[in-house]
Amino acid sequence: MEGCVATELRLGLPGTDNVRNKKRPLQEADEECGANGKSDAQDETAPPAKAQIVGWPPIRSYRKNNIQAKKNDCEGPGIYIKVSMDGAPYLRKIDLKVYSGYPDLLQALENMFKFTIGKYSEREGYKGSDYAPTYEDKDGDWMLVGDDPWKMFITSCKRLRIMKGSEARGLGCDV
Amino acid sequence: MHKKMAFSFPDEVLEHVFSFIQSDKDRNAVSMVCKSWYEIERWCRRKVFVGNCYAVSPRMVIRRFPEFRSIELKGKPHFADFNLVPDGWGGYVFPWIAEMAGAYPWLEEIRLKRMVVTDESLELIAKSFKNFKVLVLSSCEGFSTDGLAAIAASCKNLKELDLRDCEVDDLSAHWLSHFPETYTSLVSLNISCLGSDEASFSALERLVRRCTNLKTLRLNRAVPLDKIANILRHAPQLVEFGTGTYTADVRPDVYSDLAGVLSSCKELKSLSGFWDVIPDYLPAIYPVCSKLTSLNLSYATIQSPDLIKLVSHCPNLQRLLVLDYIEDSGLEVLASSCKDLQELRVFPSDPFGAEPNVSLTEQGLVAVSLGCPKLQSVLYFCRRMSNEALVTIARSRPNFTRFRLCIIEPKTADYLTLEPLDVGFGAIVQYCKDLRRLSLSGLLTDRVFEYIGTYAKKLEMLSVAFAGDSDLGLHHVLSGCESLRKLEIRDCPFGDKALLANAAKLETMRSLWISSCAVSFAACKLLGQKMPRLNVEVIDERGPPDSRPENCPVDKLYIYRSIAGPRFDMPPFVWTMDEDSGLRLS
Repeated sequence: MEGCVATELRLGLPGTDNVRNKKRPLQEADEECGANGKSDAQDETAPPAKAQIVGWPPIRSYRKNNIQAKKNDCEGPGIYIKVSMDGAPYLRKIDLKVYSGYPDLLQALENMFKFTIGKYSEREGYKGSDYAPTYEDKDGDWMLVGDDPWKMFITSCKRLRIMKGSEARGLGCDV
Repeated sequence: MHKKMAFSFPDEVLEHVFSFIQSDKDRNAVSMVCKSWYEIERWCRRKVFVGNCYAVSPRMVIRRFPEFRSIELKGKPHFADFNLVPDGWGGYVFPWIAEMAGAYPWLEEIRLKRMVVTDESLELIAKSFKNFKVLVLSSCEGFSTDGLAAIAASCKNLKELDLRDCEVDDLSAHWLSHFPETYTSLVSLNISCLGSDEASFSALERLVRRCTNLKTLRLNRAVPLDKIANILRHAPQLVEFGTGTYTADVRPDVYSDLAGVLSSCKELKSLSGFWDVIPDYLPAIYPVCSKLTSLNLSYATIQSPDLIKLVSHCPNLQRLLVLDYIEDSGLEVLASSCKDLQELRVFPSDPFGAEPNVSLTEQGLVAVSLGCPKLQSVLYFCRRMSNEALVTIARSRPNFTRFRLCIIEPKTADYLTLEPLDVGFGAIVQYCKDLRRLSLSGLLTDRVFEYIGTYAKKLEMLSVAFAGDSDLGLHHVLSGCESLRKLEIRDCPFGDKALLANAAKLETMRSLWISSCAVSFAACKLLGQKMPRLNVEVIDERGPPDSRPENCPVDKLYIYRSIAGPRFDMPPFVWTMDEDSGLRLS
């Protein structure tokens, strides 16, 4: 049956291995962009984009600008970082650009690893649970997620680690 | 011959009676009763409305109404909102300001829509009218914050400054500091269109603090969420409030501050703004929701569940603007929660996407029409429609006065039967006997225009795009719609025949816009020659229309009645067809 591979019908240029790296953005990402996975479909199978008709649909420019701004946030290179959780067998990868802020990110992490993060406060870190989300910043230091403004965080975060247990409880309370 | 019953009322008594008549239509009717009423009325008219700034000259207005205090002017045609009118077309307010500044200094109110307003005009207003009180600029452009600074500095009695939907050259946010420290009369401020990143928060705060009569405050996107509490703290009397950007890192102290301050605003009836919303901060507004009658969430990119939660808290809502993220499910909740709803506008979140990104269909509109007995005004963007749905909507909601439906893909047929939507829109005009404004979309033949001409007797404004088969369609509308004032058409196969056959009708209307259709240059010339009281303006950026064969269709045509004759401020791509046009163009 070896010969079958050579004559098998497939998408992709001849000589390539038909590797379609289907980037599956997280559910949150789809909602953020309002695309629901459309971006994937467009890459592969959608017809070429129609020429836009001037003044149609009839929407004022300032509304269009509002929508555009939102879309542009979703385009461009993502900020992919590894996420590890103490005790989990393997790491995950997420794109920080698809989240609107800390609540969004923390919710996504909770869903991904099936745990609950405590309530954040500047004084005490994450109270009420065994977990604390931390990240390694540009200087190689391990920081508590949530102290910095969001925009600053996503540019300096290199990887995430969800700490568990006594180590987690110690991080927020140290003097 | 009967003896004339002389009116034994002295003029002052009639004047007093007339003072209770505010609407322009009524005032105009009063002035037509007899010569003496015309005279008395013109001396006591205080508010003048000019629906087309080129229909009459400033001098004519001032001559007829020597003592008006308030003027409202409209400039560009409505399709300018969608970039169909090239820049430089016209609509300049300066000549009006200049004439009025010279005529009398006691003008108090200026309201402009779709006009070009320069800093020079604003400075002239600031300098000339000592008791100036109200400036409302709606969809205007051409000025910068420097002009605003002049207004702020000089108009000591200014009550209202409203810049809704304007395009302003945002040079500096410091114009707000030009309001003197002694100035306290502000009642309404709408700066939601301004963009400057650095906003003068302290000046804004101080202004709000000292203007204790402030009832309306609409901030711009640059004002961050954590500043709102400080501003609102000093204005618990606000009735209408527009937030700035509604996102911030979630901090309990900011949240509770905001929620606390909002709940102390007991008079709040209208909310808007909500750029960049994150759901976490939405519950802060729940305490005021039960009193809200107007909610503008058309910039809020939040999803249906959050929208549903919000809307369920607002049982007294009369007006809702929202993105299609609300989806059919959200509109069903709206229909059951908001029985006082009168106006609904649903905007598309992804207008240029090929596929629907949300589950919003004709069902949402049906639900609201069935559930909201007071609904009379709708603007709805969606991707599919059926005749069945439109008939249901028409039957259940005959009280529609404004019905604007935009099916995003042009010429989309009934998705159930694949037929044109003639019957559906026909039902709308047949059942909604008080319909004043209608916008069509979808696949439509001449049939729909036959229905419109037959039934839409109160229709004043009609917008048509990508519809019809022949001149018959246009003829039905022009010959049948008795109350028609404004007609705007684009990309339809309408040509010379219907236009020329109904030339007289055009004098009974304010204006007709017709672009990318089949009206020839020859017909335009003929119309211009035959109808001296119409300005027939050809707009063509390709070059002079006579550089092409006469039977070539013109790009854009704007026809309006005028007693001021052709205008002289036209840019190089606009030509007026009149008796002399043959001579001038050669």
